[in-house]
Amino acid sequence: MIEVKNLKKSFKDGESTTEVLKGINFVAQDGEFVAIMGRSGAGKSTFLYQMSLLDEPTAGEILIDAKDTHLMSVGDKTYFRLSRLGYVFQDYALLPEMNALENVALPLLMQNIPERKAYEKAKEALVRVGLEKRLNNLPSKLSGGEQQRVSIARAIAHEPKILFADEPTANLDNESSRIIMDIFRELHKAGQTIIMVTHEPEYSQYAERVVHLDDGKITSIDKN
Amino acid sequence: MFSSLNIRIGFFLAKRQIRRSNPWTTVLIIFVMFFTFLNLVVVSGILVGLIQGAIDAVRTHYTSDVIISSLNDKSYIENSPEIINIVKSLPQVEAMSARYLDGGTLEANYKTRTSDKEKPNTAVASVTGIDPASEDKVTNLAKFIVEGEYLTSSDYDQVLLGAYLVKKYLPIDSPGFTALNNIEPGTKIRINVHGVEREVTVKGIIKAKVDELSMRVFMVDSQLRSIIGRNDYNVDEISIKLKPGTDPAVIRDILKQNGVDKVAKVQTYADAQPKFIKDMVDTFALLGNMLSSIGLVVASITIFIVIFINAITRRKFIGILKGIGINEHAIEISYILQSFFYAFCGSLIGVIVLYAFLQPAIAAHPINFPFSDGILVAPVSGTLLRIGLLMATTIVAGFIPARLVVRKNTLDSILGRN
Repeated sequence: MIEVKNLKKSFKDGESTTEVLKGINFVAQDGEFVAIMGRSGAGKSTFLYQMSLLDEPTAGEILIDAKDTHLMSVGDKTYFRLSRLGYVFQDYALLPEMNALENVALPLLMQNIPERKAYEKAKEALVRVGLEKRLNNLPSKLSGGEQQRVSIARAIAHEPKILFADEPTANLDNESSRIIMDIFRELHKAGQTIIMVTHEPEYSQYAERVVHLDDGKITSIDKN
Repeated sequence: MFSSLNIRIGFFLAKRQIRRSNPWTTVLIIFVMFFTFLNLVVVSGILVGLIQGAIDAVRTHYTSDVIISSLNDKSYIENSPEIINIVKSLPQVEAMSARYLDGGTLEANYKTRTSDKEKPNTAVASVTGIDPASEDKVTNLAKFIVEGEYLTSSDYDQVLLGAYLVKKYLPIDSPGFTALNNIEPGTKIRINVHGVEREVTVKGIIKAKVDELSMRVFMVDSQLRSIIGRNDYNVDEISIKLKPGTDPAVIRDILKQNGVDKVAKVQTYADAQPKFIKDMVDTFALLGNMLSSIGLVVASITIFIVIFINAITRRKFIGILKGIGINEHAIEISYILQSFFYAFCGSLIGVIVLYAFLQPAIAAHPINFPFSDGILVAPVSGTLLRIGLLMATTIVAGFIPARLVVRKNTLDSILGRN
């Protein structure tokens, strides 16, 4: 379970301060699929970054499985991200010098999983997203949709507690986007907690709940 | 920081970055490291080798491995025949040359001098009596003949002149340093030793980068002995050439144990080196190290720039690595390993070029410095030290920029924010 209490985030730009998140309270249960929507600049990606421990909130609390993340050191957060969280970025964020298998295996190796087992798990994850024939391809030799599937494989290979996705279909065509969203649906069916930012209503339909953000505040939460 | 897991992941990242980086960039960086290595080793090696060449020449062509000379308060080596017998009895001795020495004055052009007011053309020299065959076996004296021919044991009234006694070969024009004009093989000159004057013919001229040879006049030992009236066969110097692999210090000690040091100085070639030569070796080594350290700074700056640019252009990917949970230290280690790789490859190529080509080539064809045949002195211990220094410098130069980039905020790196 992820619990957000009175979350605030502001950015300083010289003398002026821009408040992007203005006291957000939110709870996501285990196994839930939540979509976060809002217009551009509403603060949805910033909200995701705070929850996924990629950024430090200005105020408020984020509890993951009742653990106060505010009390974690930088090293603890890094390890927490490695072992408990998964990320799918808008621009895939694959490492260009590694092939698909290596990209997926890397976080597993960092968890001190023996090399052979890490590669086996990486391969399983890539098979799960339908890339069994692209294991040894470098990202530059994959289409956008394939790269995003590698990114998903990397995010799920270590069986994370929560999967965060920041506009995973933003750079993809319709067909690729549908494939990606189908994968999310399958993952969710298998019990994966997913929190996804999207600006496309069509894909928010895949989620159980849709959180609407505007001007740094939650304006409504809809159930699908 | 250096946990086995971090090193493992660092190696994983570094290997892939190097393998898939632009090969020309990799070659260029290794090339820079190779030249830095050569700069580190060769500059100081040549500077030291310049002096070492002179030292080796003195050993090979004058003192040989062990030299016995008269005590400071004696004008010759007493009981020389007995000492010579001791030396000859040693199985480690390959050859020896006993020399008679005395100061003398040389005069040339006396036949063309028109009046007593005209200044005679004289030069002061150390007159050396040798057995030509023995001397050549020990010092290869014959190979330094630049004009005329080498002596034979029957060459009475014939001499070899050192080049510094001949005006045309004298490298300096010093008022206190006189030389003979119009000298060539066949020219007659006068030699005056302790008031005994002889007219002799110049048989040849010797030119070597060893001052002791170039400033002497050589004649057959029996003739000098008769000039100076040395009928007891006591000589002034004995140079001893040892069989390869023999430690000169061992022979020196054997001779001392036989009481030779009671009547003569017994020295190895190293003992006989003047202190200023040893100081010069140290000075040139220091100078070489100072010059090399500039190369080291250049190398470290090069690696710093290369790694910094690499890390800055890969800042987004470093952010992603951190974002997906890769330990910061593992990322830093990957850059340290890349720096290590460049320094290692550069040094490895440098070692191969140094010991397989450069050092043997310079040994075979020494650099022709005015006062020595310079060689390249690169002892393995010194080379290993310099490799270590290069590695350490490049590792630090690689770590600092990596640290600067890795410590930046993860999200800022991913999003490319400043």
